[in-house]
Amino acid sequence: MFGYYLDLAWRSLRRTPVMTALMVLAIGLGIGASMTMLTVLHVMSDDPLPDRSAHLFVPHLDPRPANFTQNLYAPDASANFTYPDAMALVSSRQAVRQAAMAGGTLLARRSGTGHTPFYADGRFTTPDFFAMFDLSFLSGSAWSQADEDARARVVVLSESLSREVFGTADSVGRIAHLNDADLRVVGVTRDWQPNPMFYADADAKEFSDADRFFLPLSTSLDLKFNTNGNQSSWAGSIEHNSPTLTWLQVWVQLDTASEVTAYRRYLADYAGQQKKLGRYERSADSAHLYSLMEWLAIERKVPSDIHLQVWLALAFLAVCITNIVALLLAKFLRRGGEISVRRAMGARRRDIFIQLATESAVIGFAGGVLGLILAQLGLWSVRHRPDDYAHLASMDGPMLAFTFALALGASLLAGLLPAWRACRITPALQLKTQ
Amino acid sequence: MDIRPILITLRRHKFTCCLLVLQIAFTCAIVCNTIFLIGQRLDRMHVVSGIAEQELVYVELADIGTRTDGDARIAADLAGLQSIPGVKAAALLNQLPFNLGSDNFDVRTDPAQRIAPLNAAQYMGENLVKTLGVRLEEGRDLRPEEYIDLSAVNTLLSQKQYDKLPAVVLITRAMADRLWPGQEALGKQIYVGQGLPFTVVGVMANLIRPGMDRMGPGVQYSTVWPIRMPMLSGTAYAIRCAAQDCDQVLKTALVKLKKLDPNRIVLEKDTMEQHRSDFFQNDRAMTGILVAVCIALLVVTSLGIVGLASFWVSQRNRSIGVRRALGATRGNILRYFQTENFLLTTMGIALGMVLAYGINLFLIVHYELPRMPVTYFPVGALILWAIGQAAVLGPALRAAAVPPVVATRTV
Repeated sequence: MFGYYLDLAWRSLRRTPVMTALMVLAIGLGIGASMTMLTVLHVMSDDPLPDRSAHLFVPHLDPRPANFTQNLYAPDASANFTYPDAMALVSSRQAVRQAAMAGGTLLARRSGTGHTPFYADGRFTTPDFFAMFDLSFLSGSAWSQADEDARARVVVLSESLSREVFGTADSVGRIAHLNDADLRVVGVTRDWQPNPMFYADADAKEFSDADRFFLPLSTSLDLKFNTNGNQSSWAGSIEHNSPTLTWLQVWVQLDTASEVTAYRRYLADYAGQQKKLGRYERSADSAHLYSLMEWLAIERKVPSDIHLQVWLALAFLAVCITNIVALLLAKFLRRGGEISVRRAMGARRRDIFIQLATESAVIGFAGGVLGLILAQLGLWSVRHRPDDYAHLASMDGPMLAFTFALALGASLLAGLLPAWRACRITPALQLKTQ
Repeated sequence: MDIRPILITLRRHKFTCCLLVLQIAFTCAIVCNTIFLIGQRLDRMHVVSGIAEQELVYVELADIGTRTDGDARIAADLAGLQSIPGVKAAALLNQLPFNLGSDNFDVRTDPAQRIAPLNAAQYMGENLVKTLGVRLEEGRDLRPEEYIDLSAVNTLLSQKQYDKLPAVVLITRAMADRLWPGQEALGKQIYVGQGLPFTVVGVMANLIRPGMDRMGPGVQYSTVWPIRMPMLSGTAYAIRCAAQDCDQVLKTALVKLKKLDPNRIVLEKDTMEQHRSDFFQNDRAMTGILVAVCIALLVVTSLGIVGLASFWVSQRNRSIGVRRALGATRGNILRYFQTENFLLTTMGIALGMVLAYGINLFLIVHYELPRMPVTYFPVGALILWAIGQAAVLGPALRAAAVPPVVATRTV
């Protein structure tokens, strides 16, 4: 029966080719625009570490003075940590793993002479970083806590930087020259680029930057390396160890709900204790613990331009669907004669309804195919935009399936009302007027 | 023309009409808001910078390794740059207009103010005013003897010898008007940091502040300080020359700088015009998207109108024939369909205005956009009327061409 309905739909659509093309074009454009933007939104709000994100948390303390006025346009001064607070949290070892970190850019030199140096981005951090974020080592390992305490001149390179500097991925034991320092390579990691770069300061280009080296935070301070990212100070001092300058990020790993509860309590206690000491002016309630995805939702809002574009695309789809509803309604109602004859010959209302719905579904399917092509074109143009997320804009399997589901759903929805109206035509009246 | 018969006919297609009206309303509402958004972007992109954009090129360098002779190097660089034929001025600046990031600070007019009345960009670098081509409206430029090295400033600050700091500053007209409305700004004091006073000695007509996040209100709040820059991350040489010489001067400057000291990397170099164009590339892309959405919406809606009108025309073939047979002229038939479309579009526009206002409210709440000026509403209405009439013209002409003899035929 379905084959017969398809045949009927095909004949009916062929009778009005311009109108059919119009409807297919409308749904194709609507679907194409919506899917382009939904795909961009999807890749931008995706979980950067699906396996680990449930265990990763960000503590949040607020050491700002009570009368601190947050500039509307400036970054949130309490989003980062001061050095004393970060060190207190990391050395307390209250979580399963914990690390403090900050981004840095250093001048790297290729081994051999006559090469121009180049800048590489990396991270100054503490040893738990690697196990907590699950970086995999090609050779060697992370530095030890003893190295960290001793401000050891050591570094972990990413595979790509190791190849660029030494021409090989196996550079453990060799000496890397970064800025003016000689650092011994203790490990080489596989290249690692979570999207977005969730652990970096909000200043980072979170969809295009990647860390290419890692070295102990204590060493970086000892060598007076500059850090990237926002630094907010409120008492004039811009020394890195100042209690009134925020610049570090802290992440902790907590595996069970009870550990999370315990850590929350610990944070509140810490803030309360700092207040008692007179260092903090805000209440202990200002201490928070966010999960990775919560933190991304708060701190890394998808740019409002993207949201605006998604809204625009969906509104466009809505207009397209309204358009199709009107056209289908006009079309189905005009076929009153044909429908009445079929009804008079014994077709039930349901049969008519299914027949007309099949016709809308055929339009939807064709619209889906066109929409998919247009969405690919749209994503191709997004990939050529200057934004740092541009290179991520492509469809995965689920998004592909969703495109068809959306197209079919939209066209079926559009066909619903017209088909319902059409199958309620009174056959006797129609046949008489013919 | 009597619209009563048209309305009676339309009532027979209540559902379809409602849908068409709804579609026109949606389109009208979205088009109004989109045009408004486009206007906002264009305003942003056409911001006046107050500098001689066409006459500037810049080079950002990074030293390889630490060096002790930094100040001598910079003096030699600047002398070298100024000796290039066609170069009018050169300066080493802490930040350039149209940089993505920016250095800013809070400005107070009274050290006791709890909340600073405004936040301004901090420009530093000897010879900045002349190099960038900033116009001084009142007062004077900073004098060579007032300049002091940034390292000396830091030393004085850490030793709390505040009285030895140069106590003069230039501000923009916009800042002066905001800080002291209706008053003379020259000679007034601004307070910075822990209440350090600085005297305004000059008011610049305009100088745009850098920073993508500062493009909103207060984009002209900038200050210029008598501080000489060392080579730091973010500092760049700005070079002024005649507009037609820019490309050549940039090339020569790179060769010259390389010759003066090959042991450094060029991080960035370009003309200021290109720098500005890069700065606004996202806005340009967004404007393109908004225009495309606008056009796509109008096309889909007009195609919908064409489709429906064609349908109605062929449906009413016979009654058109009857009317023609009864004496209606072609013009009558044409105008009938045009009026019908006008009525539907008008209903759609009326509903669309309400929707447009609603969408604008949504944008105000969620995207911190300003209220849409009333002038955008009639623009949307006019566009929809024009589109409607254009779309219905084809089907209406076809209707007018129906010969009266159709009336005598059976279907």
